[in-house]
Amino acid sequence: MSVIVFSSLLFATSIAAGLLGALTGLGGGVVIVPVLVLLFGVDIRYAIGASLVSVIATSSGAAVAYVREGLSNIRIGMFLEVATTLGALLGAYLTAKISGHWIAIIFGVVLLYSALSSFRQWSSNAPAGQVNPLAQRLELSGTYPGPNGPVSYTAERVPLGFGIMFGAGTLSGLLGIGSGAVKVLAMDQAMKLPFKVSTTTSNFMIGVTAAASAGIYLSRGYIDPTLAMPVMLGVLAGSLFGTHILVKTKVKTLRYMFAFVIIVLGIEMMYSGITGKI
Amino acid sequence: MSQPTDQEVDISVAGMLRFGITLAAIVVFAGGVLYLRHPWSPTPNYTHFRAEGPELSTISGIFSGLLHLCPKSIIQFGLLLLIATPVARVVFCVIGFARQRNRLYVLVSSIVLLVLIYSLSKGG
Repeated sequence: MSVIVFSSLLFATSIAAGLLGALTGLGGGVVIVPVLVLLFGVDIRYAIGASLVSVIATSSGAAVAYVREGLSNIRIGMFLEVATTLGALLGAYLTAKISGHWIAIIFGVVLLYSALSSFRQWSSNAPAGQVNPLAQRLELSGTYPGPNGPVSYTAERVPLGFGIMFGAGTLSGLLGIGSGAVKVLAMDQAMKLPFKVSTTTSNFMIGVTAAASAGIYLSRGYIDPTLAMPVMLGVLAGSLFGTHILVKTKVKTLRYMFAFVIIVLGIEMMYSGITGKI
Repeated sequence: MSQPTDQEVDISVAGMLRFGITLAAIVVFAGGVLYLRHPWSPTPNYTHFRAEGPELSTISGIFSGLLHLCPKSIIQFGLLLLIATPVARVVFCVIGFARQRNRLYVLVSSIVLLVLIYSLSKGG
């Protein structure tokens, strides 16, 4: 295949991944690695490198839109980034130690989890009555614009949330993904933050987390420019377009379809990992 | 100098992010156009992993390739700009917290910055 055909196919696929990722809120990065590995026959390490740079691009691109709404919490994000960046360093080191089979199997499990978590109805956390001393000392509180004026909130179970975030960072560094689903789990379920605050703060954090493993990926030679170029440009274009049309489209059916695609890819990744094809 | 609110820090950060992403995308695109100037040459083999050489995996290597306008080096430089964008975001946060006189969060964001610098120094 000539470079122009290969790059165009990859670019078109990445636009679709970025668009669907933004529309469904599942993130485009999560499908890039399995698509590159299973459809394009790319080695999993190159795929992880290309995916990671596209994750940085979409996270920073989307953050611009969210910040204007005043929903993300910069202090909670920064505090938890201590956990995710340290986790990302660990993950990036593990990528070199663990065989491709195991990375594929772990990837499959994470894909299944991401898809299933999109079906769950996340609780709308009621503002907590009691004061959490640790959260107060760390200033892990804020307000977001609600229908009847600003709503205030404070984080709970801070150590648990911090621990899950370390795990999210490790997965991000190991698999070259944003692991937004796990980050939202830590903030929404563990720390009982409002859902909108969780998702937007998570998005804000993804770029910094990914940057922490990107340096190590680069030095290991995982980032191939000719592969990363169409992927990064495609995912970025798709996700920017997706965030713009987000408000106008009904996404429920689309989300089910995309989740189904992710489940199929997850099973295929696990199967390929177990049978030694990857 | 008045102390900025969280929202004001956020907005200055958002502007910087937009700038970083746009610049990185333009550089990667320019490198991509140069790379595809021989559109019918065969696609490199990505099936077997062969770590990129120092010219594409170290910052000094990328810069020296950039001087020769090597397409791959230009793309890689664009990707470096992309990686630098979240790092710059953290630097902005350190400054923003310092202006808010929030010592705790100057410390927290400095730790994050040190981790990022450590990772990037591996590619140096």
